[in-house]
Amino acid sequence: MLTRNRLLAGAAALVALSSVAPASAQGPIKIGELNSYKIFAAFLEPYKKGWELAVEEVNAAGGVLGRKIEIVSRDDNGNPADAVRAAEELLSRENVSFLIGTFPSNVGLAVADFAKQRKTLFIAAEPLTDKIVWDAGNAYTFRLRTSTYMQTAMLIPDAAKLAKKRWAIVYPNYEYGQSATAAFKKLLTAKQPGVEFVAEQAPPLGKIDAGAVAQALADAKPDAIFSSLFGPDLAKFVREGQQRGLFKGVEVFNLLAGEPEYLDPLKEESPDGWYVTGYPWSEIKTPEHAKFLAAYQAKFKDYPRLGSIVGYSTVMSAVAAIKKAGSLDQEKLVAAMKGLQHSTPFGDITYRALDHQSTMGAYVGRIGVKDGKGYMKEWRFVDGKDALPTDDEVKKMRPN
Amino acid sequence: MTFASILIQLLNGLAAASSLFLVSAGLSLIFGVTRIVNFAHGSLYMLGLYAAYSLIELLGRTPLGFWSAVVLASIAVGLVGAAIEVVVLRRIYRAPELFQLLATFAVVLVIKDAALFAWGAEDLVGPRAPGLGEAVQIMGKRIPVYDLLLIAAGPLVLGIMWLLLARTRWGALVRAATQDREMVGALGVDQAKLFTSVFFVGALLAGLGGALQIPREPANLDLDLSVIADAFVVTVVGGLGSLGGAFLAAILIGVAKAFCIGIGTVHVFGFEIIFSKLVMVVEFVIMGVVLVLRPYGLLGKKPALQRAIGDILPPLTSPRWQVAVAWIVLFLLIPLFADRYVVVLMTDIACFALFAASLHFIMGPAGMVSFGHAAYFGLGAYAAALLFKRAGLPMEAALLLAPFCAGLFALVYGWFCVRLSGVYLAMLTLAFAQISWSVVFQWDALTGGSNGLVGIWPSAWLAGKSAYYYMTLALCGAGIALLWRVLFSPFGYALRAGRDSPLRAEAIGIDLRSFQWAAFALVGGLAGLAGAVFAFSKGSISPSAVSIAQSTDGLVMVLLGGVETLTGPVVGAAIFTWLRDEVARRTEFWRAVLGLTILAIVLLFPQGLVGGLKALANRWREARA
Repeated sequence: MLTRNRLLAGAAALVALSSVAPASAQGPIKIGELNSYKIFAAFLEPYKKGWELAVEEVNAAGGVLGRKIEIVSRDDNGNPADAVRAAEELLSRENVSFLIGTFPSNVGLAVADFAKQRKTLFIAAEPLTDKIVWDAGNAYTFRLRTSTYMQTAMLIPDAAKLAKKRWAIVYPNYEYGQSATAAFKKLLTAKQPGVEFVAEQAPPLGKIDAGAVAQALADAKPDAIFSSLFGPDLAKFVREGQQRGLFKGVEVFNLLAGEPEYLDPLKEESPDGWYVTGYPWSEIKTPEHAKFLAAYQAKFKDYPRLGSIVGYSTVMSAVAAIKKAGSLDQEKLVAAMKGLQHSTPFGDITYRALDHQSTMGAYVGRIGVKDGKGYMKEWRFVDGKDALPTDDEVKKMRPN
Repeated sequence: MTFASILIQLLNGLAAASSLFLVSAGLSLIFGVTRIVNFAHGSLYMLGLYAAYSLIELLGRTPLGFWSAVVLASIAVGLVGAAIEVVVLRRIYRAPELFQLLATFAVVLVIKDAALFAWGAEDLVGPRAPGLGEAVQIMGKRIPVYDLLLIAAGPLVLGIMWLLLARTRWGALVRAATQDREMVGALGVDQAKLFTSVFFVGALLAGLGGALQIPREPANLDLDLSVIADAFVVTVVGGLGSLGGAFLAAILIGVAKAFCIGIGTVHVFGFEIIFSKLVMVVEFVIMGVVLVLRPYGLLGKKPALQRAIGDILPPLTSPRWQVAVAWIVLFLLIPLFADRYVVVLMTDIACFALFAASLHFIMGPAGMVSFGHAAYFGLGAYAAALLFKRAGLPMEAALLLAPFCAGLFALVYGWFCVRLSGVYLAMLTLAFAQISWSVVFQWDALTGGSNGLVGIWPSAWLAGKSAYYYMTLALCGAGIALLWRVLFSPFGYALRAGRDSPLRAEAIGIDLRSFQWAAFALVGGLAGLAGAVFAFSKGSISPSAVSIAQSTDGLVMVLLGGVETLTGPVVGAAIFTWLRDEVARRTEFWRAVLGLTILAIVLLFPQGLVGGLKALANRWREARA
């Protein structure tokens, strides 16, 4: 049976498993980062480059509190349970000071709740879900990215101005698409009473049957369409819609479609005239952005995507919080995060003490096609603070 | 819907059905001859898209360039398929049934990372088909010309395949091997060559299905898993090994989906039914209904009795109590010398060990393979979370009641499942799992929808990681012990008898179906216990606990450890969980590393890890004696 040997081998494996390396206090400040790198690779590869650049810049400038910073990064596999385990590993084995990162809503929410349980600061980088700062908000969680609600609200003025009566809606069937749709309906109805929503399609994420969806929307004869599709779903919808003449004489609004991650693959078929939120990276001339762009292109020989901005800014937020707190004590860090102001490539942002949402803005514009490539035209920057509900509404939603 | 809309949606459905058919036809062919559940078939489809994209860029966006690219991409993918057969699968044909699934699972991981490495993360939108990029008007509505061409491609390929199978010597051999491959081998046909050629053709069809999608679908890294489930469903609904059946099933599912979208939102008696949301589950509902009504699919026949190709299963041996005690002591000591994270990891491992052990009970000794075991794990987790959050029960009560909820679902699902056998049974379990998943995913008010539920933390006395670990150890350990004990009870012997010879078991008066049904409920309840313990250890629960990925993980754990041994699944759960955790931390291309590691284990230990070690030990003892 070889029992003794098996036992020994097992014991040896367990001992190897549990080798502990206590971190010295004098080493770099470690920040734990987790994200679904392999599941949402198109967004998160540039995101990773973004935070790598930020780390390099911070350390070249001497670090923070006299120590360098180090990001310890983990792949959470897009699964909340894996993410919580990775977070646990980062805290208890790597002794990271606090947590940053995450992409999908469900992972973001699970890690946020974990952070609350462990009384540890968590700066959610990308999850767009409104719940993470509102309905399910907690004392330890802050969110950088312009949320679903905010991005939708940014499109509302243009949508209302067109005064179209019949709207069709298409969205990926999960949290992000559902909240975008709910926010859009609510906000547009408030601005434009009597508006009708004549068709609603909710294809599963990544599996849109674009021909059938385009046809079903066309059958409803809408004046305008609101879409929150992205990635392969968006590309398929654009092509089928164009081939079937769905967009002729119909105005289309599409969240996120101006982000290079999702716009660039469309190339010459980029849908001309769509209203989108996005990132016209080659045209933003502010000094903060010019500096970031030059550094990014010098380091990676590639242009930044929106993910790069998010990755870069998240680390900058983390560093600013440490600097302001002057310590790595969780309560001090959390206190520092409230009302924290710092500069990002998108301009100055503030983490609101009210709901822990940053005021990072977004670019709103229309898609144009030039030299076989899509770009954003007629764009303007909308500050995040102008796209949020009133303080009273927020207080009503937030539990504490 | 007007008549014109109905017609157009019908055409949309048929176009979608064509590509579905091409992938499924290859899968069906491969399964028919080699009995391999080729999990990597979706990856081959994905490779077809990527290869076609690159070849079109290379050859130019002309009609000649486009169609040469489609043909060349299909052939290239066919060669990849043949290579997989020669390098990996050929070595493990004699392994226990389904073990090859583990190898193809590893191949999926490797191909995914290879594609990421070769083509990058950004979606690649291919060109429209040159000359066919426009739409035609049908009754005032526009439909792309290319869709019409696809509609024709399905029957065309079906015809060619029929000719190949009915009129050539190769086809005769394939048909013969589908019926009785031992006999084909006995008659002097070189099986190795036959299998390689079947893999080539099957993979070529998958590649063709992918390449033809270039004008309709961007090449991206999620295609593999999104296609494979559809392909399995079509294959099974049609009846395994039946190309005509697969064709029929593809049309049924493609058209049903198109009409769910076409009907859109309907108001009935003040209720709003959003049919477009049914798209994510409609194929599984169809599969469930078809399998309940026609146990062998639409056109499938009752399979001829297969002679087991592997060695006869050795009887199970129970672990010696001295060894068990030593391990238990070791587990109890872990929190004393290991760091906090090891305790967390061991908690996960204990949950998965019970999950895997319960799956092993049903697929090993009871002989009923389940592809949807995550249903019970996930429903147990959700039951615990809901009892705790919504019903306001104390955590301890929620934890202990949850297994009974999961068991109840297993009782209902099992009633249908035990009426089937083999892959059909496995696919029916998958259908139930997917239906459960989509309900959990979409019932926002109750389950929190895609976000899941958060704030499911244990009571204060269990809040410490060590305390929770000891509780997990106690509950999961008791669960595993119960399963093992049952296997050596008359009940367990009856199940094994039923697996080895259903006919004789019935003849000596065993009411097999009732026994199997009870087994279903038992393992469902225990998987639910594992899920409930897991949920409270994470503080949150999301639909991924009910997903196909979770079911697959369970299968991988059982097969990795060895389905023919008692301790195998537990070891498999530990190794797989630990390996994934370790590899993911150390390398960027962790999927490929994990896949290659599993492949190495598969090739070195075709009986699974524990099975392989046992065989080694036996040989060593014999050599010494």
